[in-house]
Amino acid sequence: MRSEHFQHIEPRAFWALLAFGGAVTLAGLGAAHTMEVHGHAITGMTNQVVWGLPHVFAIFMIVAASGVLNVASIGSVFGQSAYKPRAPLSGLLSLALLAGGLMVLMLDLGRPDRVIVAATHYNFTSVFAWNVFLYSGMAAIVGVYLWTMFERRMNRYSKAAGIAALVWRFALTTGTGSIFAFLVARQAYQSAVLAPLFIVLSFAWGLAVFLIVQSAMYAWNGQVLPEAVRARMARLLGVFVAAALYLVAVYHLTNLYFARQGDFEAFILLGRGDPVGVFPALFWGGYVLLGALLPMALLFHPRGVGPNAMLMASVMVVAGAFALLFVFIVGGQSFPLEIFPGHEVTSSFADGQVELYVPRWPEWLLGIGGLGAAFVLTLIGVRALDVLPHDELKP
Amino acid sequence: MHCGLGCQLLRHPLMVAVTLVLLIASGAAMAEPAGRTPKPAIEPARAGTQCVAPPEVMRRDHPAMLKHQRDVTVHRGVRQARDSLQGCVGCHASAATGSVAQAKTDFCSSCHGYAAVSIDCFECHASRPAQRTAQAEATKP
Amino acid sequence: MSKGSTEALAGRRKFLGLAAAGMGGVLLAPGIHLIEVAQAATPEVTSKVRWGLLIDTTKCASGCTDCVSACNSENGLDPKPSPTSAQWIRKVEIKEIKTGRQASLPVMCQHCAQPPCVDVCPTGASFKRADGIVLVDRHSCIGCRYCVMACPYKARSFVHEPLTDQKPDVPRGKGCVEGCTLCVHRVDRGGTPACVEACTKAGHEAMLFGDLNDPDSAISKRVREVASRQLRADLKLDPGVRYLGL
Repeated sequence: MRSEHFQHIEPRAFWALLAFGGAVTLAGLGAAHTMEVHGHAITGMTNQVVWGLPHVFAIFMIVAASGVLNVASIGSVFGQSAYKPRAPLSGLLSLALLAGGLMVLMLDLGRPDRVIVAATHYNFTSVFAWNVFLYSGMAAIVGVYLWTMFERRMNRYSKAAGIAALVWRFALTTGTGSIFAFLVARQAYQSAVLAPLFIVLSFAWGLAVFLIVQSAMYAWNGQVLPEAVRARMARLLGVFVAAALYLVAVYHLTNLYFARQGDFEAFILLGRGDPVGVFPALFWGGYVLLGALLPMALLFHPRGVGPNAMLMASVMVVAGAFALLFVFIVGGQSFPLEIFPGHEVTSSFADGQVELYVPRWPEWLLGIGGLGAAFVLTLIGVRALDVLPHDELKP
Repeated sequence: MHCGLGCQLLRHPLMVAVTLVLLIASGAAMAEPAGRTPKPAIEPARAGTQCVAPPEVMRRDHPAMLKHQRDVTVHRGVRQARDSLQGCVGCHASAATGSVAQAKTDFCSSCHGYAAVSIDCFECHASRPAQRTAQAEATKP
Repeated sequence: MSKGSTEALAGRRKFLGLAAAGMGGVLLAPGIHLIEVAQAATPEVTSKVRWGLLIDTTKCASGCTDCVSACNSENGLDPKPSPTSAQWIRKVEIKEIKTGRQASLPVMCQHCAQPPCVDVCPTGASFKRADGIVLVDRHSCIGCRYCVMACPYKARSFVHEPLTDQKPDVPRGKGCVEGCTLCVHRVDRGGTPACVEACTKAGHEAMLFGDLNDPDSAISKRVREVASRQLRADLKLDPGVRYLGL
């Protein structure tokens, strides 16, 4: 019987945390409602930057949802016993993040009341249409996967479910990267490297989120992560962060090689044409330094990684993720389309002009509301289900 | 957890009954007086014309007719067809408001308000026929 | 018979004749109205036709916005657009950096034969009609703006606020994406787009509309005679809009 090892969160703390998370989620839903009534004019989005902060939050959550399942995969599919007890929490986080990300994505639609149309009319040349199946299928597969972990009679199918989940999330993350990879119009996208880049980013971000949640819950319950497990997970995060940095470097180096991409790269990396210089700051400072180099320095430190250092590195990786996604999604739209190469262009529709996007409160609330929804679902899941790994309590 | 005094009080059968009665009574008190929702006022459309189908057929089938016609018009470019929305609006626009969906008593709004089935056609479609729109434009301050 | 009764008889005949004519008119008039309605439905579009535009930028004056104003009033768009207003056509002023040569031209939806906006639309709302016109079926559009991301010409606009007083022939509303329709409501009735009509009426003669599939149409003859090019032809989208003088 596992019930005596069932780790609870203190009831008082649970209700307080639930109220907090619920309030954040409700604020997000309220912002979405206001956007639906008044239109997107109340946001900072224009006809030049049509995908803004909500997409940054949504894509982070969806990519992290795919990657957080890595922990379970390493346990079930690759047979690493240290990861097996962490699989249920990984599955729960995957579902919660997916739900939160999809909530933000669907509420940011111009017509969220037409989600039924999206669910019944499909144009299969569109990656978005494929993603409807990939995302909902992911939720179902993770649900089945969790069931094989919890239901003792189904334990022997856990590996098969794990393999199915692994294959499915490769397809899903490739689909997410392909949303951008297939766009021939914009210089920031139209690149095949985006699909594998998103896969590696999902590994890094998912593991970072897992480590943050695990650390927080262990701290609440007075548990301690065994030294050996911590060292392995920290090193793994470091490897993922390094691999992601490598693919981002390859993407930019290739772009720099093409003369036609030169102006765009100068805009992103050096801020040429941008009076504020927000994209180079976010890219170099937010992603490369804070999101990659500093975490790697902590995680690969010769004297080892303490629990605080690992938590800090994970938080930095997540901050870097938001910075990278903002540069990628918004920067790609801020830079004007090159309809007339070699020409200076002006028009009433901001042709040839850099568009500075400043998010307003509805976008912030909606994005953070999605995080709140993921938080609430994780909280309820941890309370109701036996997902916490059974590591030792603090002496 | 032991049920305290307040909890015991609330769970007493009499308290439960009183609460239920209060809830139902307040609900009844807040209810709209009968007949607030006006019965649909089907204004006769333009004299000398007939609708494209008898009223019983229209009442039942107009959603399917409109849905079919919109695909025919948008995808196949057939305009001014028998079942076109502009055709409906042209005949059924109210004499008073010039619209089929502006006032609660206009043609579309009255039935849909009575049946409590919201429609969003006129978020995009003009609810006034073409020439009356021109008149409205001309008389705008 | 007396003279008076003959006159009276003539008078009565006249009256009866007039009455009969009047009755006939009253009886026939609704019938005429019904026949008028029955004749009006326009035919289905086919792929025999491919509509296109030819824009002569040498005749396009910098600062002239006749085509834009015509489009705005025809389709009920904002005459003074803000960054969130929809613009279906805009005048673009270009200057070649190396040579300094300047040109002015209108840019609108290019109605590509291989439209990327159609490929990326998840619900199929963005579609290409049989006659080559690329449209948004706003009944299916969920407002995801993927087509706005995909269009190389920035042809699509998103409606950011609730709209009122739409033109009856041009339904448009908040939350959907839209773009130049090549005035389908006119073209289907045998007319030409409002921009072309305005440009021609003003005497600039910079815009030509016609059937690219018909070798004898004015536009086909012209593109056979004079070198024209498509914008971003390297993308191989085969737009239906061509430009002279670029």
